Amino acid sequence: MTRLRRPYWRLVYLVPLTFLALFYFYPLLAILDIGLRPEGWLDLSAFLRLLSSDYYVGVFLFTVYQAALSTVLTLLLALPCAFVFSRYRFAGKSLLLALATLPFVLPTVVVAMAFMSLIGRRGLLNDLLMTLFSLDYSPIQLERTLAIVIIAHVFYNFAIALRIMTSYWSTQGIAAEEAARVLGADEWALWRDIRLPLIQPALLSAGALVFMFAFTSFGVVLILGGIRFATLEVQIYYQTINLFNLPLAAALSLLQIGAMFALMILYTHLQRSAQFAIGSGKAAAKPAKNARERALVWGVVIFIFALLFTPLLALVARSALKDGALDLSNYLALAESSRGSLLFIAPIASVANSLRFALMSTCMALVIGLIASFMIVGRGPLARFVDPLLMLPLATSAVTLGFGFIVALDEPPLNLRSSWLIIPISHTLVAFPFVVRSVLPSLRAIPPSTREAAQVLGAGPYDLLRTIDLPLVSRGIAVGATFAFTVSMGEFGASLFVAQRESVTIPVVIYRLIGDPGLASYRQALAMSVILLLVCALGFVMIERLRVAGVGEF
Amino acid sequence: MKGAFLMYARSVVVILLLVQIVLTVSSQDNDRVVVVTHDSFAASESVLEAFEAQTGLTVEILRAGDAGAMVNQSILSVNNPLGDVLYGIDNSFLSRALEAEIFLPYESPQLQFVAESFIPDVNHAVTPVNYGDVCVNYVIAYFEANEIELPASLADLTLSEYEGLLVVQNPATSSPGLAFLLATIAVFGTEGDYTFLDYWADLRSNDVLVVDGWTEAYFGEFSAPGRDLGSRPLVVSYASSPPAEALFSENPEDGPFTGALVGDDMCFRQVEYAGILVNARNPQGARQFVDFMLSQAFQADLPLNMFVFPVREDIPLPGIFAELAAIPEQPAALAPADIEANREDWIQAWSEVMLR
Repeated sequence: MTRLRRPYWRLVYLVPLTFLALFYFYPLLAILDIGLRPEGWLDLSAFLRLLSSDYYVGVFLFTVYQAALSTVLTLLLALPCAFVFSRYRFAGKSLLLALATLPFVLPTVVVAMAFMSLIGRRGLLNDLLMTLFSLDYSPIQLERTLAIVIIAHVFYNFAIALRIMTSYWSTQGIAAEEAARVLGADEWALWRDIRLPLIQPALLSAGALVFMFAFTSFGVVLILGGIRFATLEVQIYYQTINLFNLPLAAALSLLQIGAMFALMILYTHLQRSAQFAIGSGKAAAKPAKNARERALVWGVVIFIFALLFTPLLALVARSALKDGALDLSNYLALAESSRGSLLFIAPIASVANSLRFALMSTCMALVIGLIASFMIVGRGPLARFVDPLLMLPLATSAVTLGFGFIVALDEPPLNLRSSWLIIPISHTLVAFPFVVRSVLPSLRAIPPSTREAAQVLGAGPYDLLRTIDLPLVSRGIAVGATFAFTVSMGEFGASLFVAQRESVTIPVVIYRLIGDPGLASYRQALAMSVILLLVCALGFVMIERLRVAGVGEF
Repeated sequence: MKGAFLMYARSVVVILLLVQIVLTVSSQDNDRVVVVTHDSFAASESVLEAFEAQTGLTVEILRAGDAGAMVNQSILSVNNPLGDVLYGIDNSFLSRALEAEIFLPYESPQLQFVAESFIPDVNHAVTPVNYGDVCVNYVIAYFEANEIELPASLADLTLSEYEGLLVVQNPATSSPGLAFLLATIAVFGTEGDYTFLDYWADLRSNDVLVVDGWTEAYFGEFSAPGRDLGSRPLVVSYASSPPAEALFSENPEDGPFTGALVGDDMCFRQVEYAGILVNARNPQGARQFVDFMLSQAFQADLPLNMFVFPVREDIPLPGIFAELAAIPEQPAALAPADIEANREDWIQAWSEVMLR
């Protein structure tokens, strides 16, 4: 019976492939075609210009360098934290884990301001140090340096590494570790021989995502790095928008996508050989029992607080304090449709718009991401290439793809370029790779024997999914959903043409307010950012609730 | 397998067609006018509603990113345009759009109310709607407290008393940044003993600060009252910023707090135009909308919505604008064609001087 149904069952794999083909490859190829065949025949002189110019080679090398540095630092910092999170139980753990995702949603321009008020020349930390040591200069001078770019990348991407590793580690039993300990292994040997090999799939998964984000970094490099630093993404934007040099932009886009594709092939290869299945087990978290373990837990909590939450608190303080006193007038002003302007809806109304799109995108990303994950773990010949392909939307410049939508999706039945549908679609493109990366490590770790045993006992594909796969990857799904939700909530969509009021989301309002002269609208923009944080935090709690209600804690 | 695939492909097409029907059923082409504009667009709802009521047209606004993104996307979609009217293209991007021939010429009867100087010599391919000047803004209290004279020309900014006071934007990424660079090119030229590059080298020696965008400069580095981060009392911004700064401060009556330096050859004027797109589905509605943009109602609505000035001279400015906005009599100017032809080289040369 199962065998007969299988071909039809596999048709579901066409869902992610069709989605990618229609909304990624088709628009991308359309815009690259315009760039590379301006006169109707293939013109590759832009590539020659790239390769022969020291400047662009330099941009490429810098892009790789800062991304590698950001990734290594993020993983190094997140690894011990993930270990502590998966081993010890403590009050507020899941809340802390969820809130760690918050930085991801904030617009760069807001984060830059928060950073400046914390570690800028006239920021809080410098004030403190100057008073403490009676200095007459600012000891911390990070503005417009590579260091602050890297710090910001860690700030943004830390949660990706932390959450993917924690969710994976929590499903791995500690039997092997206990056996090794009995045999006399010391702490160092445990890390080298057991823990690192065990966490490697999640480490690679998180590393790939972090690298990709740092590689395509735009706002952080522009705003915090200043004019001396430029990534490929910055150059693509500049060539496309300011100079309208589509051939060069196309060459740069292809270079960026090609580099990422090569990296993903390498990653897929490593990932396949890295699987180190010891068998799934119950999450081994237990309370910290001695002073050393308690110090470990406290250390991690304080570190996360310092890295992730102090900038957020600085933001909250700036939005709600005036001359040292609480002043919520900015928040109250957000409820009014100021100036009665078209498209300038009451900022608070944008919350409903954002939530609607985030909900749609999260559902679409979950469906597409889950199907894609099953396709990748399947043994089909395609699986090896599908995985790298799925990540390409993250490697593609938003402005390139936005222009692709304009030229490709302009005729029935795909006349979507100015419809609101393009918003959840473009959010889903960026969101579903997170679902894949979050789900895949745990899905791969399910031993085939478990499924085979169930099949022998007469379980159909649906039973397998419901009783084995979904419960075992539920943490991964929750993490993926959290990121999908966050990506959608934070997405600005600068290069989309969308009409009317329903398109005005929270980030659009923030950019709009922050672009107006006048301190009041600037402070309202900060207040709106805090509301964005609150709405996201609520969303995270809901997602966690749904997971526990849906499949149960195990 | 093959049959199943065909079935699948068919269902995809059916779904897409259904989506299409839902999307297009809403309105007919000839009773709506679609306006493509940039993200900064704002207009009072009541003003637009009056236009809709009077003409029977439905106005639809498409936001299209910043001005550059909007123009480029309109050029790419010239055969199947996104809308009927493009509004918000300025003189720094005008040439690019004219070369691509994306506009249908139209001479609005309302142009009789507009000063000749605003109307470009392009056979009415575009119609001027509003303008704004990019000028250096200053913190009034700083110059009063330190008893320093205000700079009287761009050249003055290189003097030692203004050392470390000025913050500007990167012309590669910022529209006012580019406008200010263009002002320096118009004033100092690209040839001779002292070119704009020499000027920028001097500004650099005088510790000018370059940041990425207007927001970072105006709220992050500028030291107008109420900011705790900024420490520089001179910033490149707009001539309309001082009234807006006062209007949106917590105590407008205490203003003005800032001023704009509007001396001759100190500002660069950005004029924004509207044009009817070639292949527009509703060219008649587009013409009506262009006329409407030059009507008293729309023109008078501009300053408080977008902090720009109406091109019609017979429009009274709203209170605080009339009081605090200074309009430069002789802004620096460059031909749009020159800007388009040299933009890349100028920015490149500038980068080399500022980064060397």
